[in-house]
Amino acid sequence: MQKFDTFSGVAAPLQIDNVDTDRIIPARFLKTIKRSGLGTALLYPLRYHADGSERPDFVLNQPRYRKAGILIAGENFGCGSSREHAPWALLDFGIRCVIAESFADIFYNNCFKNGILPVVLPKSEIARLTECAERGANAVFTIDLAKQEITDPDGRTLTFEIDPFRKHCLLNGLDDIGLTLEKAPAIATYEQAARQTQPWLFK
Amino acid sequence: MSKPLTLFDKIWNHHVVDRQKDGTCLIYVDLHLIHEVTSPQAFEGLRSAGRPVRRPDLTLAVADHNVPTTDRRFGITDPESLLQVETLGQNCAAFGIRYFDMGDIRQGIVHIVGPEQGLTQPGMTIVCGDSHTSTHGAFGALAFGIGTSEVEHVLATQTLIQRPASNMRVTVSGRRGKGVAAKDLILGIIGQIGTAGGTGHVIEFAGQAVAELSMEGRMTMCNMSIEAGARAGLIAPDEKTFAYLLGRPMAPKAGAWEMALAYWKTLPSDPGAIYESEVTLDAGAIAPQVTWGTSPQDVAAIDGTVPDPADQADPRRREAMERALSYMGLAPGMNLRDIHIDTVFIGSCTNARIEDLRAAAAVVKNRHVADSVRALVVPGSGLVKNQAEAEGLDRIFIDAGFEWREPGCSMCLAMNADKLKPGERCASTSNRNFEGRQGPGGRTHLMSPEMAAAAALAGRLADVRELV
Repeated sequence: MQKFDTFSGVAAPLQIDNVDTDRIIPARFLKTIKRSGLGTALLYPLRYHADGSERPDFVLNQPRYRKAGILIAGENFGCGSSREHAPWALLDFGIRCVIAESFADIFYNNCFKNGILPVVLPKSEIARLTECAERGANAVFTIDLAKQEITDPDGRTLTFEIDPFRKHCLLNGLDDIGLTLEKAPAIATYEQAARQTQPWLFK
Repeated sequence: MSKPLTLFDKIWNHHVVDRQKDGTCLIYVDLHLIHEVTSPQAFEGLRSAGRPVRRPDLTLAVADHNVPTTDRRFGITDPESLLQVETLGQNCAAFGIRYFDMGDIRQGIVHIVGPEQGLTQPGMTIVCGDSHTSTHGAFGALAFGIGTSEVEHVLATQTLIQRPASNMRVTVSGRRGKGVAAKDLILGIIGQIGTAGGTGHVIEFAGQAVAELSMEGRMTMCNMSIEAGARAGLIAPDEKTFAYLLGRPMAPKAGAWEMALAYWKTLPSDPGAIYESEVTLDAGAIAPQVTWGTSPQDVAAIDGTVPDPADQADPRRREAMERALSYMGLAPGMNLRDIHIDTVFIGSCTNARIEDLRAAAAVVKNRHVADSVRALVVPGSGLVKNQAEAEGLDRIFIDAGFEWREPGCSMCLAMNADKLKPGERCASTSNRNFEGRQGPGGRTHLMSPEMAAAAALAGRLADVRELV
């Protein structure tokens, strides 16, 4: 996994609540056996007309946000399906950080597995960041995960909360499976005990 | 005396393999269900790292999202869908995983297959790369959806890295009225608490109206707990749960059954257990529900009207409602019963079990679908289809003008050929009315099987209470 330590980029404001994963990447784009190449379908129904042409007014289609690396969203971002194609599509587009008032649980979790930092901030802070982001390509934000700080284009910094273990994994780009396999003896001990108490789970 | 525990606490504590100082846990997974859409990249990851599947015996695969619901003899014509389904078969063969392929009578929607086979059991931890894994909570199993990276993690280690959820209890007291189904209860709950109302929580459904539901109805409720934002839904196992499981092909047998039963009976929440959040509803006050917007929380009683965004104080909420009504092609103040429909879909992991088909068939028996309506019944599994045919339900549906299809996810998410055309309006028993969910530009109204059946007959949203 790509690690996340500091990141600087333009932030695209997406002032919509309850952006569901069907909107982030519709089901018809899930017919793939790869993780890559989903960026063109990111936020498809918001980005494109039914005939596939771009909606010029949509934020990511505006020249100043085409290279956005940060998304600023509203409440309950990523609700709905568990599809990891949603963070894959964000990453493929170039988004490394999503800042929102709140996230749906599965999406939030999936971000950490893909080197994307999801940041939860209160409504008032989101409103302030959105104001800055509306200045477009000249407004660069910097995120420092180690310090848990976001610096806005005016040089103001604000801090955010994050689970220490997830922070550690993201900072170091750690492979969860590798970490867990170090605990293989504990897993084997659990299985030994379960074999006695719940033999019906062992064929 | 030890601290009283909830059903969730008990299952969680039982499955902790390792607990870090910061509270992050490694929990053991008792059942891992996989399907063709969210597993290929996980197997690819295992291959590139040279890792085996730790417990293929606790893993079951079934193809459901992409499969055609028309004549199976023609196979899958869409090359991308075919590749996903074939890849699943190859991965299962290579890693020694049980697989119900398209030709297997047990094939169906993964969340219908697990319970039907008796694989889903109380007290288990169950995961699947699909958010509607919450369905299995109806048995008092802790069941939730995971992403593909976690699918790979479970395949490799049979565990997941998780932090415990908070406990929430939703108590539905009293009795359901005539024509009111489990679907109406859960839609009513989502309407009350919102699509983020359960975020970070596991919801335990309790109360007389929940206890009175069949296992099928309980599965419908837990299925949609994800639509309330919850990590999982749970219902305490009881005699109905045990009776449902007894004798199922993969349920514990003989001596193991007694041992399992004794354990399952210890699972219900202790008196005095603490819930961080509590919600109560009166089942008697819940009328049949339909959604009018593009989120499951956009729901109202069938005898109501389309709400007016102008009544919303919050500008963001007002904008969202305006967008939803524009997408849905509806005007504020319209009677919901005046909304005409083009399509009816009876199916999905929410409502494609035998009881759902019986309920819909009872409404359409000796009646006929409105001329302008295309109506589909997609049974949840091959075994549900067989059972329905043995009961003559297929004849009732076909005589009423429905198409009788092969099992799969179908028009719930339109990954196969079953989809709405732009602007088409559907009365659907599925779980999500998001924009484009049933096909780009398609318009979805969620409701119970009884209500979808009534809509099919009327050609518009209708109140099933006038028919039963």
